[in-house]
Amino acid sequence: MNNDSLYFSGKALKYGDDISTDHILPSRYMTEIEPQELAKHCMSGIDARFSSKVKEGDFLAAGENIGYGSSREQAPQALKNAGIRVIIAKSFARIFYRNCFNIGIPAVVCPNFITELNDEDMCTINLEAGSIYNETKDKYYNFAKPPDFMLEYIRLGGLIPYLEMQSNQSDRDSIEIKI
Amino acid sequence: MGMTITEKILSRKTGMAMVKPWQIIEVPIDVAYIHDNNAPIAIQQFAKLTNAKVWNPEKVYFILDHHSPSTTFRAAIHHRNIREFSKQYGCRVIDVGRGVSHTVMAEMGIPRPGKIIVGTDSHTVGVGTFGCLATGIGSTEMAAVLATGKIWMRVPETVKVILDGQLSHGVCAKDVALLILKHFGPSMLNYMAIEFEGSFLDTITIEERMAINIMCLEMGVKNAIMPVDEKLLSKLNSTAMNEEIVTADQDAVYASRVQFDISILEPMVATPGMPTNGTDIKSVEGTKINQSTLGSCAGAYYHDLEQAAEILKGRKVNPDVRFVIVPNTSKVIEKAMQTGVAYTLIESGAVISSPSCGTCGGYEVGCLAPGEVCISTTTRNMDGRMGPGGRIYLASAYTVAASAVTGYITDPREFLGGGIHE
Ligand code: SF4
Repeated sequence: MNNDSLYFSGKALKYGDDISTDHILPSRYMTEIEPQELAKHCMSGIDARFSSKVKEGDFLAAGENIGYGSSREQAPQALKNAGIRVIIAKSFARIFYRNCFNIGIPAVVCPNFITELNDEDMCTINLEAGSIYNETKDKYYNFAKPPDFMLEYIRLGGLIPYLEMQSNQSDRDSIEIKI
Repeated sequence: MGMTITEKILSRKTGMAMVKPWQIIEVPIDVAYIHDNNAPIAIQQFAKLTNAKVWNPEKVYFILDHHSPSTTFRAAIHHRNIREFSKQYGCRVIDVGRGVSHTVMAEMGIPRPGKIIVGTDSHTVGVGTFGCLATGIGSTEMAAVLATGKIWMRVPETVKVILDGQLSHGVCAKDVALLILKHFGPSMLNYMAIEFEGSFLDTITIEERMAINIMCLEMGVKNAIMPVDEKLLSKLNSTAMNEEIVTADQDAVYASRVQFDISILEPMVATPGMPTNGTDIKSVEGTKINQSTLGSCAGAYYHDLEQAAEILKGRKVNPDVRFVIVPNTSKVIEKAMQTGVAYTLIESGAVISSPSCGTCGGYEVGCLAPGEVCISTTTRNMDGRMGPGGRIYLASAYTVAASAVTGYITDPREFLGGGIHE
């Protein structure tokens, strides 16, 4: 399996604490399912300039409790469609955390990194090693790497491709999640 | 070492003798429910699985509640797709107009003690009122549940919350919820379970318990559980013998225990931004409002309408205020019609809309214009939730109704007789 898929490099856009899913994708856009539409309104609840700032491959960095509030998967999906590849925060709201991995975005908890980060610092992250490098500051940080099955989600692009892989590997016709 | 209720439900369901916080386990699902906002993606994702079947259609409910009846052309298309999917796979649809998923599930007696329930709504936590482990998940995860009937969970640590005493004059279950939220803040209980107990629970109805339990999600909890007692069993038309009642072990280990004395509680208001922004009503009294709202799974039960009617009887809604009521189920409307509560509300100038999430999420019902202020019994008050630039204060039905009369945030005890400091 190609481990490059667990290695990311990009600029980090930094936000504060308690960024809710209402900030990330206001509920009035909830009936949107077109990727471009979701991307356009992404973060519009907190930063009207976000969609013009973000570039493919960027990281989203946040303080405590990012993804607070509604279960809407459209929120991380909008971030993904806008180009965000990794989300790093001091802490995550639980459904948002799961949603990120389920759609193939790694959610990384690393408080020290966030505290010392400035907006738009260049960073690299090695998910498998559990390490982040802030290039701009020339400093390394460690985090607890996610369990293996969640790394698999990221390698394969999310929970659905993971389930497909599992069912292809098994002889049975039922699908099972292996953890 | 003993187990908490949440740990015990997880150990029973997985057949493991013991589970411990932080352990990752795979659990079978007893009930899964999916609402119209999150169903489209769940269906889309499910369709990507080769040869997938719904693991057990009997255990799956689709509920059309967020846009009900369909509020936009696009919502109508989503609804049609949900009905078609359900027909194809043999799942049940609870169609528009019946009400908000959690409250409808509760009325139908579907959440039961000891069960594991997942919903595509964060406030699924609320049905833990029925002594079950209930939690919210996203759409892709729901697609996986539909295909497999299972999910992974990290066993949460449990916090014990003890509520003692009783409500004083003019204070409601909503005020209790705002008190608890203020104490813990928006993330202190992230990933944790709450186990409630205490004499206060004996003094309130199952619906009032649910109004409190639903709001717990705003502190980041995975699940929240109320005790199973005679009151709950009679709501379920059941007996202890017929249910899988789970109680905590004497030596269960809790991350912490927090006790509240409800008797000294006064009306509370959460200021705009977060439901955890609770404050004494005194500090915001006099704030001018444009709209009063009764709505949501946490704030539009029959008791909420009844409390509002108690205030509005013989009074009029202030001409500068619109009073928007979105009951959380059709049964609430039925009862309010039977008892005359609906008549009192409408006669006083309130408008009653069809049962749905409606105004709670700004779903094309009861929205705010930029700069407008609303006081509401709904669940959340994040910036822009009812419309960009609108500001939302959360409070009890008493406070919302009193404010509708005066046009500014008002202590309801002024209207309830008996004086404020009796
Ligand atoms: S009423 Fe509000 S909080 Fe409840 S399920 Fe609907 S949108 Fe969510």
